[in-house]
Amino acid sequence: MIKFKAINKTYNDGHQVLKNLNLTINQGEITVLIGPSGCGKTTTMKLINRLITPSSGEILLQDENIANLDPIKLRRKIGYVIQNIGLFPHMTIAQNVAVVPRLLKWDKKEINAKVDELLNLVGLDPNIYRDRYPSELSGGQQQRVGVIRALAANPVLILMDEPFSALDPISREQLQDELVRLQQEIKTTIVFVTHDMDEAIKIADTIVIMKDGEIVQAGAPEQILRHPANDFVKHFIGSKRMQSVQAMQEPTVDDVMADQPAVIYPSRGLAYAVKLMESRKVDSLFVIDKNNKLLGSVSIYQILDQYKDETKLVADVMKPAPHVVLSGTSLSAALNLMNEHQLSNMPIVKQEHQFVGLITRGSVISHMTELYTSEHIGGEIHAVH
Amino acid sequence: MILQANGIGSFMQYLSDNASNLLQLTLEHIVMVICGLALALLVGIPLGVLCTRSEKLASVILAAANVIQVIPSLALLAILMMFLGLGFKTIVVGLFFYSLLPIIRNTYVGLKEIDPNINQAGKGLGMNNWQLLIKVQLPLALPFLMAGFRVAAVIAIGVATLAPLIGGDGLGREIYAGLNMRNSLKIYAGAIPAALLAIVTDIVLGRLQEKWKAKHKKPTMKQDAAGQDQATMSA
Repeated sequence: MIKFKAINKTYNDGHQVLKNLNLTINQGEITVLIGPSGCGKTTTMKLINRLITPSSGEILLQDENIANLDPIKLRRKIGYVIQNIGLFPHMTIAQNVAVVPRLLKWDKKEINAKVDELLNLVGLDPNIYRDRYPSELSGGQQQRVGVIRALAANPVLILMDEPFSALDPISREQLQDELVRLQQEIKTTIVFVTHDMDEAIKIADTIVIMKDGEIVQAGAPEQILRHPANDFVKHFIGSKRMQSVQAMQEPTVDDVMADQPAVIYPSRGLAYAVKLMESRKVDSLFVIDKNNKLLGSVSIYQILDQYKDETKLVADVMKPAPHVVLSGTSLSAALNLMNEHQLSNMPIVKQEHQFVGLITRGSVISHMTELYTSEHIGGEIHAVH
Repeated sequence: MILQANGIGSFMQYLSDNASNLLQLTLEHIVMVICGLALALLVGIPLGVLCTRSEKLASVILAAANVIQVIPSLALLAILMMFLGLGFKTIVVGLFFYSLLPIIRNTYVGLKEIDPNINQAGKGLGMNNWQLLIKVQLPLALPFLMAGFRVAAVIAIGVATLAPLIGGDGLGREIYAGLNMRNSLKIYAGAIPAALLAIVTDIVLGRLQEKWKAKHKKPTMKQDAAGQDQATMSA
């Protein structure tokens, strides 16, 4: 549908806002451009209807280089919704919606029919709203009119520049839902700019994350949530959303394990072992060698049995660990094993028996608590809505 | 020259005796003013629009209009008379110059005051510059333009009383005749209608301006409310 090829944009003051941008926008999809302010997302959008001209590179709309098209005609083919609504205050709602059809010199009857159809589409009764002025409508109603004004002339493409960011949360949610419904009905291609990740995840078929004039990652919301390309994307998505996605997937032992269990070298004496247990407040220690290889474990009872013999070392009293699981095993498998053998804990090892962590009942509970509380908070927010 | 109790009677008498002549003079007065103002609108609005296109041009045009405005009206008319001779034409040109500044300035300010988002929306929807100006910008600047026109009209009605000095007509003729003949009735018969004309014009145009403004209330969005909702939610 739209192809950006090696687009650069440098302003007169030398500030480069877009750096070698390559992007394809698919027909019939909602593509969301997202990023922190100054990342070039709005600039990218305005290139499409030629409100901004690139310094180099070309943009193809339906395989036609837009630089060769008349910008006025181009814009009439492209719907445009801006952040602060931009309805014309001196025109009635009907006149506002009819702006582009009138520029295109449609038949009057045709225009009236289209206006009524569109008003009905967003739940505004034409008999009530047709002749009102924008100032007589609420913010949410105004932006509905802003959206249908962009739809009026059956555009091949609609550009939306943070259209819902100034609305109150309730209207915003409603309009997002309506937009998704509308898009499924009319199957138009939509390019949507926002800085709100929740909004992007909710409405997007494809999310394009931008930073400093470059695309960091582009893909379906699901793909970006599951496989963020780098720390910036992770940070931008936010840890909370990442967690909730991970919660959907089956957790592995690595998610749950305590990664700094109490360990001891086999060459140590028993008095030291007791001291260590005391300070770490545990009743058993894992014995490792210098290469972090798991040799076994030693419990407080084994030590107390032999404590009087001052020549004994940890190596003499320890027992090999009978059950270990490999890092990457699913949590449920590990829990089954623990249940089966009545174990209070389960060491996790990598290849070559490298000790990496420990699952205890405590670590399982704290993991569950974390999930439960984050979902619980989410539920409360929902209730407020 | 104080109008006394019995003076009011003779003033009324004078008015009714000279009604047709006074009406004629008032009409001439109005025609002069309308011609001057129409010319000023015709030139002033495009100049005001031109001002919004470039800041440099704006400073030059507004400075020039300002200079014209500070020349005393009698002096301006005298200078014009040297070039254009006596008569109707000269007074109309004088009124035109005098009305120019308020109209240029208010057109300029009115266009500048338009929310840039509105212009952006018009452009993005595919209006060319001319369509944007005619369909969006000028209608939105109209209340400002109206205010400028109102000021210009009141000034022009006043300045037009100087017309007889350079061979024009209008209510001024009655005033100057009265001065020359030391006839206070004649002076009042010219001055009072001229003053009334100015007051009525001011009121009528003021009403019109208000009516436009009411229709054009800016759409406001509830940005604050949105912020508050979010605050209560996180709390």
